[in-house]
Amino acid sequence: MKKIVCRCEDITEEDVIKAIDEGYTDLEELRKKLRIGMGPCQGRVCIQLVMRILEKYTGKKLSKKSYPNPRPPIIPVSLGTLASDKYEKKG
Amino acid sequence: MKKKADVVVIGGGVNGCAITYNLAKKGMDVALIEKNYLSSGATGCCGAGIRQQWSTKENVELAIKSVKIFEKLSNELGQDIELRQGGYLIIIHNKKDMEQAKENVKMQKSLGLNVDILQSNKLLDIVPILDINGMKAIGATFCPTDGHANPFKTTFAYAKAAKSFGASIYTHTKVTGIQTENNSIKEVITDNGKIKTNIVVNAAGVWSNQIAGMVGINLPNKPYRKEIMATERYKPIFDSMVISFRDGIYFSQQKEGQIVGGIPIPEEISGYYTMPTISFLKHMSKTLTSYAPCLKHVNLLRHWTGFYDVTPDARPILGKVEKINGFIQCNGFSGHGFMLCPMVTKILTDYIADNKSTQILEKLNLERFKGKKFDKEVYVVG
Repeated sequence: MKKIVCRCEDITEEDVIKAIDEGYTDLEELRKKLRIGMGPCQGRVCIQLVMRILEKYTGKKLSKKSYPNPRPPIIPVSLGTLASDKYEKKG
Repeated sequence: MKKKADVVVIGGGVNGCAITYNLAKKGMDVALIEKNYLSSGATGCCGAGIRQQWSTKENVELAIKSVKIFEKLSNELGQDIELRQGGYLIIIHNKKDMEQAKENVKMQKSLGLNVDILQSNKLLDIVPILDINGMKAIGATFCPTDGHANPFKTTFAYAKAAKSFGASIYTHTKVTGIQTENNSIKEVITDNGKIKTNIVVNAAGVWSNQIAGMVGINLPNKPYRKEIMATERYKPIFDSMVISFRDGIYFSQQKEGQIVGGIPIPEEISGYYTMPTISFLKHMSKTLTSYAPCLKHVNLLRHWTGFYDVTPDARPILGKVEKINGFIQCNGFSGHGFMLCPMVTKILTDYIADNKSTQILEKLNLERFKGKKFDKEVYVVG
């Protein structure tokens, strides 16, 4: 049975543990290796789970500060909407 | 932490990790110090592009040789760096740019690069979603061996291979001082211990100036915030990077399917700013949808900032400095550190390990800024 940790990128618990074993013991390095938190949810689903796995396997407590920065626009917005000036005219 | 090393490399970006690998492979005892995690600076925010089409000879030469190394790098390091050679399409908008392009293509060809000028009706063969009128294109230059690789995976692969040759890598460790004696490097002091060494490589990106300041050297590098965005994933549509020097835009589709690109904002100023701006989102989405109108239906997911470590001539600062023996520069890449890394770190390694200097190293040292005239690289985007 597979335990999916990151739904956006299809990453399993096993993938995370394997990466930790390979030496990716920093949350940001794990993120860049596995692309967790880079999909549409931006880590809302996966990051806390990954942090827990990382704490369990390294025995190190992670501080809240290590949570990756959320990136604007937070929810997906179409390029057409962003390129439009309409909302400016309405004020 | 170890007590001494042949070389201490400061900075765990792609250049710091690559030079650590190259030196360790030559049998030198190397320690790398990184204040955050590996690839936490400019490398981790970079656009992943690899380009050989430049306006200055040194950059073309470094880039051609870097691509040759990139092509074999996955094998050499034992990890996939996800190299894809889909080319770079540089849009030409007017006659004046066409004249400059012709001159540059001639120079690039003389150095052995496979590059050509395309008429506007050929552009859609390479990137089918482009709008020739929307971007006001009269042609383009195209080099099919330009491309992309994964900057994180390249950095991690270099670091891992460096460790296998005995290098020590200390992350989350900050350099707080550098001890010198009779104008020579003696010791690197960190918040986690001291390492005796005679050679320091300053590969600290936009923080290189602070490192140089520790030994009383002033670098002309300035940090610039650069913004970049990624969309949702789509099926593969195009392989080539598209760039324009007039608009400063670059965009491409990555391996996973997302479109990644950037553009400078009009009100850009130098400084350690990290906040993303609404101005970028507007400017980028407007320009991008004028280049490829079908992308207006595509969702933008994330947008983030990174730094360009910019020198007065937009070319890197490499090699020794006059005032301090053993203080080697590997910084000032001005937005091109990833793509030039394999060859730059190789020639620096030849210099450090075997005392072999090259013409490029002589031309790109810090002292070039003493003269009033220097060749400026004008082919810069983002």
